[in-house]
Amino acid sequence: MNVARYFDEMSYAPAPESDSEARAWLKRHAEGFHHVIGGALVPPTDGARFDTIAPATGEVLARIAQGDAATVAAAVAAARKAQAPWAKLGGHGRARHLYALARAVQRHARLLAVVEALDNGKPIRETRDIDVPLVARHFYHHAGWAQLQEREFPDHGPVGVIGQIIPWNFPLLMLAWKIAPALALGNTVVLKPAEFTSLTALLFAEIAADAGLPPGVLNIVTGDGATGSALVAHPDVDKIAFTGSTEVGRMIRAATAGSGKSLTLELGGKSPFIVFDDADLDGAVEGVVDAIWFNQGQVCCAGSRLLVQESVAPVFLDKLKRRMATLRVGHPLDKTIDLGAIVAPVQLERIQRLVAIGVAEGATLHQADVELPQTGCFYPPTLLSGVQPSATVACEEIFGPVVVSMTFRTPDEAVALANNSRYGLAASVWSETIGLALDIAPKLQVGVVWINATNLFDAAVGFGGCRESGFGREGGREGVLEYLKPKAWTGRKPRVVAAPPTARRVEQRFATPTLDRTAKLFIGGKQARPDGNHSRPVLSPKGVRLGEVGEGNRKDIRNAVAAARAADGWSRATAHNRAQILYYLAENLSARADEFAARIAAMTDAPPAKALAEVEAAVARLFSYGAWADKYEGTVHTPPLRGVALALNEPIGVVGVVCPDEAPLLAFISLVAPAIAMGNRVVVAPSERHPLAATDFYQVMETSDLPAGVVNIVTGASADLAKTLAEHDDVDALWVFNSAEVSALAERLSVGNLKRTLVDNGLLTDWHDPAAAEGRIFLPHAVQVKNVWIPYGE
Amino acid sequence: MTHLALASDVRSGDAHPARNGGIPLDLSWVQDVRINLSAAERRVASLPGRRSVKKDAQAAWLLKAVTCMDLTTLNGDDTAERVKRLCAKARSPVRPDVLAALGMAERGVTTGAVCVYHRFVATAVDALAGSGVPVAAVSTGFPAGLAPHDVKLREIEASVRDGAAEIDIVITREHALTGNWTALYQEMRDFRAACGNAHVKAILATGDLKTLRNVVRASLVCMMAGADFIKTSTGKEGVNATRLVTLAMIRAIRDYHGRTGAIVGYKPAGGISTAKDILDYQILMKEELGRPWLEPTLFRIGASSLLADIERQLEHHVTGRYSAFNRHPMS
Repeated sequence: MNVARYFDEMSYAPAPESDSEARAWLKRHAEGFHHVIGGALVPPTDGARFDTIAPATGEVLARIAQGDAATVAAAVAAARKAQAPWAKLGGHGRARHLYALARAVQRHARLLAVVEALDNGKPIRETRDIDVPLVARHFYHHAGWAQLQEREFPDHGPVGVIGQIIPWNFPLLMLAWKIAPALALGNTVVLKPAEFTSLTALLFAEIAADAGLPPGVLNIVTGDGATGSALVAHPDVDKIAFTGSTEVGRMIRAATAGSGKSLTLELGGKSPFIVFDDADLDGAVEGVVDAIWFNQGQVCCAGSRLLVQESVAPVFLDKLKRRMATLRVGHPLDKTIDLGAIVAPVQLERIQRLVAIGVAEGATLHQADVELPQTGCFYPPTLLSGVQPSATVACEEIFGPVVVSMTFRTPDEAVALANNSRYGLAASVWSETIGLALDIAPKLQVGVVWINATNLFDAAVGFGGCRESGFGREGGREGVLEYLKPKAWTGRKPRVVAAPPTARRVEQRFATPTLDRTAKLFIGGKQARPDGNHSRPVLSPKGVRLGEVGEGNRKDIRNAVAAARAADGWSRATAHNRAQILYYLAENLSARADEFAARIAAMTDAPPAKALAEVEAAVARLFSYGAWADKYEGTVHTPPLRGVALALNEPIGVVGVVCPDEAPLLAFISLVAPAIAMGNRVVVAPSERHPLAATDFYQVMETSDLPAGVVNIVTGASADLAKTLAEHDDVDALWVFNSAEVSALAERLSVGNLKRTLVDNGLLTDWHDPAAAEGRIFLPHAVQVKNVWIPYGE
Repeated sequence: MTHLALASDVRSGDAHPARNGGIPLDLSWVQDVRINLSAAERRVASLPGRRSVKKDAQAAWLLKAVTCMDLTTLNGDDTAERVKRLCAKARSPVRPDVLAALGMAERGVTTGAVCVYHRFVATAVDALAGSGVPVAAVSTGFPAGLAPHDVKLREIEASVRDGAAEIDIVITREHALTGNWTALYQEMRDFRAACGNAHVKAILATGDLKTLRNVVRASLVCMMAGADFIKTSTGKEGVNATRLVTLAMIRAIRDYHGRTGAIVGYKPAGGISTAKDILDYQILMKEELGRPWLEPTLFRIGASSLLADIERQLEHHVTGRYSAFNRHPMS
């Protein structure tokens, strides 16, 4: 080629970014990389290393240390040793460190960008213009949270030692998302990068050490899945934060069940991209490019399900195909490309296999007629149209540059199709009508909604999903809370359980007996007999039979969940309306205070004054949540764009609640009230031993205008009921305040739909202490934050 | 709205694609315009990061930009001699030794046109005789466009009589700002008719129209009325050509082509003064409209100081040393 030919063809020439600095860095580590533990470079046990490959060329870039259980143990010990002094440094001290990290990232921006592009295969444009700037932004933002921690979170402390496992699709950005909040708030970290892409984490560790980060605060252990398992299994890790596949997320959930470790999971997705007929279609086409061809579609929140209103679908797909023809695929360091390489052959094969299945199942295949490099791991931009919701490619996450499209007729149908997924991560909504767009956003079962945009990220805005996309948020105040624990819960002692009383036979006399009162289950606003038609006796501590309650079984839980699911009007009710009903419950409970006190006294042998105090506390608690109902509001985030991101506190949906035996009324109210105040519907297993306060309470509910199905009560054995609730795929969250065993069971069995769990691990909560049992300590668990990005402008 | 011909259907190298004859005013199309500002901004912001033109390709693209340039003088102090100097530069916009070093000496590189007020059309036509460089006249009460309608038509006819091959008209912004699309359509129709065989470029004065929605609507109406080119600005508004407004206008050109098959050119004017700027515009044209819209038949650049910067870049490409303005003949 020469000037004259370019003049005639007006084509692009390759414009390679220089990799000489990156090569020099790799050369310095030619003997193989080490783990970074306690500020030292630690060689792998027995010298075990594996190759890391440049996906664009197949070239071996470096040798990475393989971590084993001993390495992980050393790293955890280093993190443990560093945690107390790191926390003691105080917010301002840590803020200075995070600020230094942000500056250091900016100083080494180009090297980080080039190493990332080489190692992952993604375009230099993305690492240079998106990933690395977001990394710096994340450290700046969280330097701020460190600075503000003591004033903004006085009731919380750091969680401790955090084990973090990150994926290969955004190696450095996910490192930042994980470690910035953890370190800012006084935790220390053992981070395991993805096996395919360890390099930028190792480079970052060097940069961080140069920037003065103290030893042991950030430890990097490289390796494969076995290394990750060792980290998950380590008993001295207080929390695991994982980003990756839903499959591995499930394994981690099961492995940590009952361990007391807290957990956040950011998993897969099949995010809808909804185009209404009044959208800017050209803008939306460009949105699809950013949704599914960003990072070769290897993005958990990729807009991979294109839903287009039928009336504009042909025009839209024509426009999309035209745009696809101008996409360029090539070497990641070429500054003239849109898509780079797929991370590894195994992923390429998966994409090829799923596309073949899609075609076999009836989809129409359109692939851009683009030139692919001769060697390396590449796949062309692909559109599968005419896909039915039942198709494999409509349900499975492909994790490649493949978008599937289908059509809808009405907004309702768009929402139904969008929510017809096991996942719930993100959604993109395109319409120029503000009323339509803002009506759709709250109806989508996802953690992030972008209106007339897609794949926007910012440190100030929480990111994360629901359903099988995981739980927890990263970014913003909501993300900060994931790395803090409430001080009021840190000193809790194991619950002491008295041996169950033995039934005592009371001699019967010839007298008019008290009128028999049969406590039933309460399902869908109706008193219901248990499905099995079995009852269980309720005994006083001295063994006196106080009555009988239904022995709830699987089917009763099934019915209760169905009733709760159907009561979705409650989630749409106004906060004012919910507040009124909570106050009304309090009013009607107060009117029967003596009766409830007598019941509590009879069941627990509490002195009358103490029993009455429990009732009064329950009344006050209902009042508190009546008050909170319209005050636990969302936030308006101000990310760097002309627009806002609304962090909406939305109800989770159907919440299972398993109550403890202590404070049988107050604990029941303390758990149910925050859930329903925030718009959830609940299925409650009340105290197994003292259930009558709860069954009495359904009469209060019946007289307080509480809509049917909002609170459902199933009495019986806590462990059995908890098991069914945990396994139920239509229960969105499960709270267990019960034994350690039931807590573990609930966490272990929650893997089916990856429901959020809140368990006390058998530790006793002081239900009379508002700091431990009321308000902001519970409310974050009763909502899921949805961030709705609204860029604007005319 | 079912068939969208691809822009690439337009054969590249067609010296003169058939003129846009216009269509009856389609008000529902005009009303249906939807353009999202943030989405458009993201597109223009991210594109320079997605494409890069370096080395030989860059020299070629900059030379192509020279051939698309409407070398312009539109000042109150213009004189015949000033216009003649401009025309000399239009004939030979790049130093011959630089062109030779680029292997482009035989290509007869000239600017796309020279653009002047009516008063200097005849002067420019004389000065450019034999060069093949056409003369464009700004017209219709440029820049405000508030002269009486019949005076505007007379002005066009006079410029055409004096030898202008291209007429850059200004629209009555009032029509667009008040949504009087029928009036705008009729005005543009009359201008087109008055031009006869001269090509007509419709200046929208996008800085006055403010919103992209207005810009796209005005673009569509002018194309429906038979504009050969749509052009951003007079150079006299507060804000002149931007890549954002370019995106909106060239997407309108694409849609118009898709629905009618007619081909309309695009001319950004004002505010493009560096080689880097024009490369970004060219990339936008290539990506959004396709290869044919990089040729002077469909792409013109209204600029006065841009050429000097391109000359410096071209010399740098040849010598490897950064150049200076005084090394290149002024216009």
